[in-house]
Amino acid sequence: MQPLVEVRDLRFQYDDGTVALDGVDFQLFAGETVAVLGANGSGKTTFVLHLNGLLMGQGSVRVCGVPVRPNTLAQVRQKVGLVFQDSDNQLFMPTVLEDVAFGPLNLGLEREQARTRALDALAAVGMAHASGKAPYHLSAGEKKRVAIAGILAMNPEILVLDEPTTFLDPPGQNALVELLDELPQAKILVTHDVDCARALASRAVFFERGKIAGEGTVPEVVARFNWDRISLHRQAGSRL
Amino acid sequence: MHHVVLDRWSHGESALHRRDARAKTIAVLIFLVALATAQRAFLPLSVCDLGILAATIIAAGLPLGAALKRAAVVLPFTAVFAAISLAAGEPMRAATLVGKSYLSALAVLVLVSTTPLPELLGGLERTGVPRYLLMVAQFLYRYLFVISEEAQHMRAALQAKSGTLRRAVWDRGKFAAAGGALGVLFARSYAHADDIHQAMLARGFQGHFLTLSGRSFRRADVFFVAGALVIVAGTRAAVEAWI
Repeated sequence: MQPLVEVRDLRFQYDDGTVALDGVDFQLFAGETVAVLGANGSGKTTFVLHLNGLLMGQGSVRVCGVPVRPNTLAQVRQKVGLVFQDSDNQLFMPTVLEDVAFGPLNLGLEREQARTRALDALAAVGMAHASGKAPYHLSAGEKKRVAIAGILAMNPEILVLDEPTTFLDPPGQNALVELLDELPQAKILVTHDVDCARALASRAVFFERGKIAGEGTVPEVVARFNWDRISLHRQAGSRL
Repeated sequence: MHHVVLDRWSHGESALHRRDARAKTIAVLIFLVALATAQRAFLPLSVCDLGILAATIIAAGLPLGAALKRAAVVLPFTAVFAAISLAAGEPMRAATLVGKSYLSALAVLVLVSTTPLPELLGGLERTGVPRYLLMVAQFLYRYLFVISEEAQHMRAALQAKSGTLRRAVWDRGKFAAAGGALGVLFARSYAHADDIHQAMLARGFQGHFLTLSGRSFRRADVFFVAGALVIVAGTRAAVEAWI
């Protein structure tokens, strides 16, 4: 079975000399949800920005068999939908409907088709009622839903979500997990929220200093790297 | 926030809101040319022009008082030049300067309050205004939100640390710190703006803002422009003939 995403020996260094990725190998298969765990600054977000061609390092990244290169970006960005951590960054058009239609219009769809796609996507995330509102009038949870709708409207095969539960209250987090669970796309979740990862992901990878230090099921990875709050509290307690 | 209010106003449902952006732009240009070239009988003409704009604002369903107040934002700038004219013993020139700048600002305010910015820029693009210039305008508008949000966050943080903006600016010892805060504001805004740009690229942005609105220049728009021409030019001709 051909992977939807195939990354080989990916390396990336920022202009200030920081080595963010140091030889990452990764695969994502259809129907899978993979949680990307790891400390702040371990390279998680840098890694997923490569999947959409927003960053380009050394090594090979292929999305649905298409190599990520400057001349394939339009194709790649249609296949990989990236939902950013801060929804405010993702909502830049004057109305919710215009914002969700932004992607389909850029794909070359006619206005009516783009409008239909946008309305369908808004309905899918339960935000059809807000189509005429200005994005800055929405709550954090609503903004996140609209941001996801903006990506779904592009019909991607892969959803990449960077810290999807950040800024959401517990009911908002639960609602988001339920929504994501129903979406058929393969997903990559970059998250510190182990509960969210447990609920959604069939597999997890753990980033450490720009490399994947381990992978397995979410409970395995969490246990191996002591990566949930309880074990971290226990560690802290034992040090005191 | 000033631009948020205008953005909200621009999504109205009046007949003026429904006109093509190009028609409204042409009408405003007609008004501005007629205003800028008026020499004789400026005071009665300015009263009539103010009446035309006030009627337009009411017809568009916009709050008249708030619109008149917002257009006054240009007055501090022109007041300087008006004061120079007054000092030079030319009170009429000073009054003309203030009147023309205020009416021009009000006319432009009516345009942007009845036309969502993406539509306005799309209309300008279709009339041949360089795309690069329009893109700069669009980004500038979007990033106004970014800078004001960042400024609000920083102001809240400053107040939480028992400081006040006024003290930071007026206390000489803290002036340098306020300058530093301004630098931080721009650095944060830059980073935020970069994130927005990345989000746009991730959704296929290729340097061209596309919108759902597909308004075309219809017969009603032709009548609208013709009507604007008749009213503006007719008013000026009538006032000048009367005086």
